[in-house]
Amino acid sequence: MKKILTGNEAVARGAYEAGVVFASAYPGTPSTEILENIGLYKEIIAEWAPNEKVALESVIGASIAGGRSLASMKHVGVNVAADPLFTFAYTGVTAGSVLISADEPGMHSSQNEQDNRNYAKFAKIAMMEPSNSQEAKDMIIDAYDISEKYDTPLLYRMTTRVCHSKSIVELGEREEKELIPYEKNFSKYVAVPAIGRQLRHKVEKRLIALAEYSEQTKWNKIINNKSNIGIISSGIAFEYSKEAFGKEADYLKLGFTNPLPKNLISKFCDDHEKVYIIEENDPYIEEFVKNMGKKCFGKDIFPYTGEMTPDVIKRAVLHENMDILQPNMDLVVNRPPTFCSGCPHRGFFYELGKKRKKIIVAGDIGCYSLAVGEPYNLMDWLICMGAAFSSGHGAQSVIDRNPNDDRRLVSIMGDSTFFHTGINSLINTVYNNGKTINVILDNRITGMTGQQDNPGSGYKLQGEENTPLDIEAIVKAIGIKHVRKINPNDLKIVKETINWALELNEASVIITDWPCVLKKKYKNEDIEQYTNAWKTKDKVLEDKCVGCKACLRSGCPSLVFNPETKKMSIDETTCVGCDVCLQICPYDAIVKDEKYV
Amino acid sequence: MFKNVKLVGVGGQGTILSTKILTQALLNAGYDVKMSEIHGMSQRGGSVSSDIRFGENISSPVVVKGSADYLVAFEQMEAVRYLDYVKKDGILIVNDLKIHSMLTQAGKTKYPEDIIDYLKEREHTYIYDATEKAKTLGNQKVLNIILLGVLVKAMKLEKLPIIEAIEDLVKPQFIEINKKAFKLGLSMFG
Repeated sequence: MKKILTGNEAVARGAYEAGVVFASAYPGTPSTEILENIGLYKEIIAEWAPNEKVALESVIGASIAGGRSLASMKHVGVNVAADPLFTFAYTGVTAGSVLISADEPGMHSSQNEQDNRNYAKFAKIAMMEPSNSQEAKDMIIDAYDISEKYDTPLLYRMTTRVCHSKSIVELGEREEKELIPYEKNFSKYVAVPAIGRQLRHKVEKRLIALAEYSEQTKWNKIINNKSNIGIISSGIAFEYSKEAFGKEADYLKLGFTNPLPKNLISKFCDDHEKVYIIEENDPYIEEFVKNMGKKCFGKDIFPYTGEMTPDVIKRAVLHENMDILQPNMDLVVNRPPTFCSGCPHRGFFYELGKKRKKIIVAGDIGCYSLAVGEPYNLMDWLICMGAAFSSGHGAQSVIDRNPNDDRRLVSIMGDSTFFHTGINSLINTVYNNGKTINVILDNRITGMTGQQDNPGSGYKLQGEENTPLDIEAIVKAIGIKHVRKINPNDLKIVKETINWALELNEASVIITDWPCVLKKKYKNEDIEQYTNAWKTKDKVLEDKCVGCKACLRSGCPSLVFNPETKKMSIDETTCVGCDVCLQICPYDAIVKDEKYV
Repeated sequence: MFKNVKLVGVGGQGTILSTKILTQALLNAGYDVKMSEIHGMSQRGGSVSSDIRFGENISSPVVVKGSADYLVAFEQMEAVRYLDYVKKDGILIVNDLKIHSMLTQAGKTKYPEDIIDYLKEREHTYIYDATEKAKTLGNQKVLNIILLGVLVKAMKLEKLPIIEAIEDLVKPQFIEINKKAFKLGLSMFG
């Protein structure tokens, strides 16, 4: 049967067909939908983990115990999971195990552009790179056989355009694999130094065997068009190259990319007058080719950053510029992403903004990173998941050394980020007598990546209910003495709470408790707690509105100013009645719309 | 042979659903088809775009600048933002709707005037008020399917099995209104 699938849907299908029994991940664009789709197969245990390290460790355990297993994460997630990965590279597997890394050339939704192919080389493990959805499905089935045959975890490197583009896939059937019975084998799995020294040799021998495989696998192939121009490429860059050159070039298409096939590449270079290495991000293949002493064009002519789309390739190689319309950019204003109408982060940032001069804000990864923009401009830095509490602590320690600087650090992260690595950071603050104000914006979901459940949401990935983690109890157990849990849509309470925290000379935690406006599933007790959430609407009384635009400081996209009448109005289709603007209006010109009460 | 289509708009306008329906219909009609979109941060009221390429043996899933045979803008300022993607003789379909960006709403800068007049100067440009048309059907949100109807007619592919794709991909309670919206869109182009 043929279906049109994204790369993420296809790789999930491939994992299913390969007989995978256990999968774990932490959400992150562009990898998120891999596990979401695996979760649809009842034959596979699929779990959201609180972070990528935990995900990979669960997957390692599943592999050791004899079941085919899969972890998926975005590129920066592999940094978090790198610790177990490098030892897993030494122990190897019982049943096949694959780590999918979804990289982001062009940084559409990420903070950096790291090339995770380097991890495969660094950890000395096998690697594959699909170019389209059909390959994403087919290749991963072979990946499990390779993992088992060569006793190696396999890094499966995808990129945004492979993950999120759709193409046609011929589906296969699931091949159920017998679990490999677990037998104690401490000389393989207990990575103490004495055993590590033994395993070190195994890793090197494995690379030699994998290099032989790389020479003969069908995934590394030459496409001969009888040209004297040769292109070496992998991943989506191969599809772009084909688009740019068609039959005007020969191709060495690399799908198995660690170790690279030395002889195949060497001969291909010798057989062509000009060789171009077309790859996104780092010169991973190029450096290998140049180390062999072969001549080729690479990053000397191609850009070092961004996507290597056909137009970019043509410009670099053929100096061909397309005849492109030049729009009048005076007619275009930036359109940065914003908090949704009814987003529970809005009220908190509105009130916090009033303290702008007294505070420094350590931010974190999640929807609340949007507070960097208009109208809040409230973020001094953003580093990585969980860093708000720890970087805030370090900063406060230094600020406090200057007797003339009395600014306070406000460190902000969401519920999912707190579970990810924020808990450790908060322990650090408490144990080291930190004095920061730590805010957990609990919207009961992992928001930015598209409403994935987490330990605080009350649901698991495959739908079962569970008891939500009690953030307040955790914070108290860590040793925070000053904790307040508030409704962020009640501006009076938000203001009071921020003032309360600023007066304290010890670390405090503010938990804002209101669900994401896009959260889909609620338990009965939630519905009681969040009475009337999103069921009402607000409206402007035109005769009372003086057009002062104070409400616009809330940053709500449902508010519209009419320059002709000089009055505000509220978009009825998008307003969900959070009442933040209603409380801001100094003229009582915003009220509940009685139609919806 | 292949055709390149790009749909652009503001997060929440339904560009992705239109793209899905068109892609599914093209697949069912026997074309090779690839589609690409960017998820993530841009969903939150930011600028969004999705690409569809169809024909025979499609390699790249991405529509690059200067190569779109059809550009459909669900919002007027987005039409200008992505204007350099449409071929010089390509067809541009624009929904005559203004959606503020946080910068114009906060008064940091003005929403540009005269965009429609500027766009009208270009040949092969078709401007509709799909939002108003959608309201006549009773649901403003179906403007995305109205614009899909306009596009399908502009591509002269009225025989594409779009109705079947709507039945497959739209929630049951919205199928009828979306079918009506598509047919209304078909009747509007020209």
